[in-house]
Amino acid sequence: MKRDMLFEFGRTLVAIGLALLLGFIITYLVSENPGEAFSTFLLGPLSSVRRFSTFIETVIPLIFTGLAVSIVFQASQFNIGAEGQFFFGAVAATFVGVALDLPPVIHVLVALLAAAVAGGFAGYIPGILKARWDASELVSSLMLNYVFLRLGLYIINYHLRDPNAGAMVSYPLKETAWLPQFLPPTRLHWGLALAVLAIIFCYYFLYRTRWGYALRMTGLNLSFSGYSGINTASVIVYSQIVGGAIAGLGGASELLGIYRRFQWQMLPGYGFDGIIIAILARNNPLLVPVAALFLGYLRTGADIMARMTDVTSEMVAVIQAIMILLVTAQAFLAGVRHRMVVRGAKAHAKLD
Amino acid sequence: MDFILEMRGITKVYPNGVLANDRVDFAVRPGEIHALVGENGAGKTTLMKVLFGLERPDEGEVLLKGRSVSITSPHVAISHGIGMVHQHFMLVPSLTVAENVVLGVEPRRGLFFDWRKAVETTAELAEKYNLPVNPKARVQDIPVGMRQKVEILKALLRGAEVLVLDEPTAVLTPQETVELFDALRNLKDRGHTIIFISHKLREVKAITDRVTVLRGGKVMGTVNTSDVTEAEISRMMVGRDVMLKVEKNPVSPGQVVLQVEDLRLLSDEGKEVLKGVSFEVRQGEILGVAGVEGNGQRELVEIITGLRPANGGSVRVVGEDVTNAAPSAIRRRRVAHIPEDRMTHGVAAAASIEENLISDRFDKPAYNRGLLIDARKVKGTAAELMTQFNIRAKSAKTQVRMLSGGNIQKVVVAREFSSEPRLIIANQPTRGIDVGATEFIHRKLLQSCEEGAAVLLISADLNEVMSLSDRLVVMYDGQIVAHFPDARAVTEEELGLYMLGVKRQESGDGEKVS
Repeated sequence: MKRDMLFEFGRTLVAIGLALLLGFIITYLVSENPGEAFSTFLLGPLSSVRRFSTFIETVIPLIFTGLAVSIVFQASQFNIGAEGQFFFGAVAATFVGVALDLPPVIHVLVALLAAAVAGGFAGYIPGILKARWDASELVSSLMLNYVFLRLGLYIINYHLRDPNAGAMVSYPLKETAWLPQFLPPTRLHWGLALAVLAIIFCYYFLYRTRWGYALRMTGLNLSFSGYSGINTASVIVYSQIVGGAIAGLGGASELLGIYRRFQWQMLPGYGFDGIIIAILARNNPLLVPVAALFLGYLRTGADIMARMTDVTSEMVAVIQAIMILLVTAQAFLAGVRHRMVVRGAKAHAKLD
Repeated sequence: MDFILEMRGITKVYPNGVLANDRVDFAVRPGEIHALVGENGAGKTTLMKVLFGLERPDEGEVLLKGRSVSITSPHVAISHGIGMVHQHFMLVPSLTVAENVVLGVEPRRGLFFDWRKAVETTAELAEKYNLPVNPKARVQDIPVGMRQKVEILKALLRGAEVLVLDEPTAVLTPQETVELFDALRNLKDRGHTIIFISHKLREVKAITDRVTVLRGGKVMGTVNTSDVTEAEISRMMVGRDVMLKVEKNPVSPGQVVLQVEDLRLLSDEGKEVLKGVSFEVRQGEILGVAGVEGNGQRELVEIITGLRPANGGSVRVVGEDVTNAAPSAIRRRRVAHIPEDRMTHGVAAAASIEENLISDRFDKPAYNRGLLIDARKVKGTAAELMTQFNIRAKSAKTQVRMLSGGNIQKVVVAREFSSEPRLIIANQPTRGIDVGATEFIHRKLLQSCEEGAAVLLISADLNEVMSLSDRLVVMYDGQIVAHFPDARAVTEEELGLYMLGVKRQESGDGEKVS
């Protein structure tokens, strides 16, 4: 067990190392001053308080979508829909933030609740389609992203749009609905605490409750779960609902914490990042923040590099791709692992 | 040339850390029938997979006719004259016998497949080796015994000099076994070498020249079959004397616990899989279901346990109708189920022993405190069951996939038997596990019965059904074709005739099978 985890950890490090090395080679080929570009990339996020806080801000939504995807993945269901759920959650929060008049705290809570319900609803659809009609959740959750994008934009542009703003944005959120920023002048907001709560919730939900147990068993072996008396259809549905709700919360946290109006006209991409994070974190909620920090760091570093040097931030996409490729390639370093296993088995045999 | 085939110092470790072969030396003389015996998990199949290029050894070498060869794939093995007949046949059911035999080495006429030539070739080969088959029949329509002949012909057509048969009699009736042995002797006379994997010692005694015994991945020795008794081989396999007979007290059955009436099932293709099956099982008795696999037993069990809906008929547990109910509803009526395939239904291999032991009860109030699962209670239950059922593992947190087959089956049995069952459906409860675990499971089964459970026992192992059951029925072609009120009064041969469909009891009133 320990050996397995250690090996996986080492393997991930090697993958990251190789990906960074490749990133450096690319930088070297395209840049006038590769050393400076790459060190800006690697150290940029640590070079000032503002940059560091930007890095942490970037991480918050990634944690939410990483958790959302992990939960659904643990049930062995695909989830490409976190994107739309995140977006739709933000729309729901905007609606509450703009259209309702509520006292401080309560207003935020209602907005978050609305976002969770909206995200959960967006997750419910692929779940029920799969459970009831065996429709591939891979396809349906992907397609629903566009449905929820358009539905959300319809709500924003036709019902909540501020005609005086001079851009396609909503009316400003009422101040009572803001998630307060707690460390001015940075934009760090209470969404961070919410993210930490979400991590703890997901961990307990998955590993300490009967619903989480049923979800994991269904994910590990569907036939076994059905045989044991677990209602696997309902597990599939609620895994998607819980995942959707968390993604929706993430959307609300981002919107209420950072923005003062709804201003996305496209999918912001956090849902797809959630997939990367879930893969890096092996669907373990406790590793999700680690993976999110890592990815957020790369992103922030790449942004700074793009602004300060002649290398564009797209390079990080290449690094990301290589990393995922190596981490998910089961056979990568399998030889090393097998030699470890052989040595272990022989040592064990001698003991008998 | 002393040996046609020699395997020297073969070591194979599986990715889960199991040392399946530990410096195994194995040598076969030309023209002999050589038995490879050992308990399940002893490493027989692994050794043969290495020989056939399905697994790469971590150490060791293979010599064919004295020359070292590197067998990297089944393709290479075949080109060296090694043929293998797997436990599970690798045939295409929708193709004819002839098409299966020539698959991959098809005769051609121009651009086209020469069907007539294929049929001719197959017929000639069948004649030559005395393995009668109908070349034009579709594989899906022929009985298991004939499918096996097709597999053997396939290997022979590809020039197999050394033929490996992996537990060939496991799926055969006694009569088919006799036929197979005749064919094997004939092959031997024609100069072929046969490696015969089995753990049925009577058969080993009957047909082989020499025996190599494996235990725990190591060779225990190679002996001339005529020099040893069955008991001696068995001792080499297990390392101690085995009680082959089951002690059983006579029972006085109580109320009817399971009542199955006129159960019918159509397959997706519209074939009748169950054609009106009726029987009942009473408290305190074991009803054995004998039969060659694939005659509807699996479907029968799946319907009773709620894993598959029936097209007609009814299932009652203590009078309550549970036909087509959900597994959870059936389990609530205290029905336990030892599934046929433990890795598919019995366990979640990647989950811990502890997690596997609570899969049927994790949502019960006793295992929960408020919103959370009561970890201490789970731990306690797991520790208790592991001791009681002698599950050998480092800890309750060990993943089930790290365990041996016998221990995995004990995890399943521990869970199912500890659910205070009124009815136990045991489908192949000891398939593929070692003698020690088998004995243990048999004892537990009898114990549950004495404590008042009703047991429905389905097994392809005649020895098992005959020695454990109080009453016996035989399933053939989706029907119950025979009922023996006293399982002890039946002979294997007689059962075999019913299993083959040669004989059947005319039930008429249905009384005989209740």
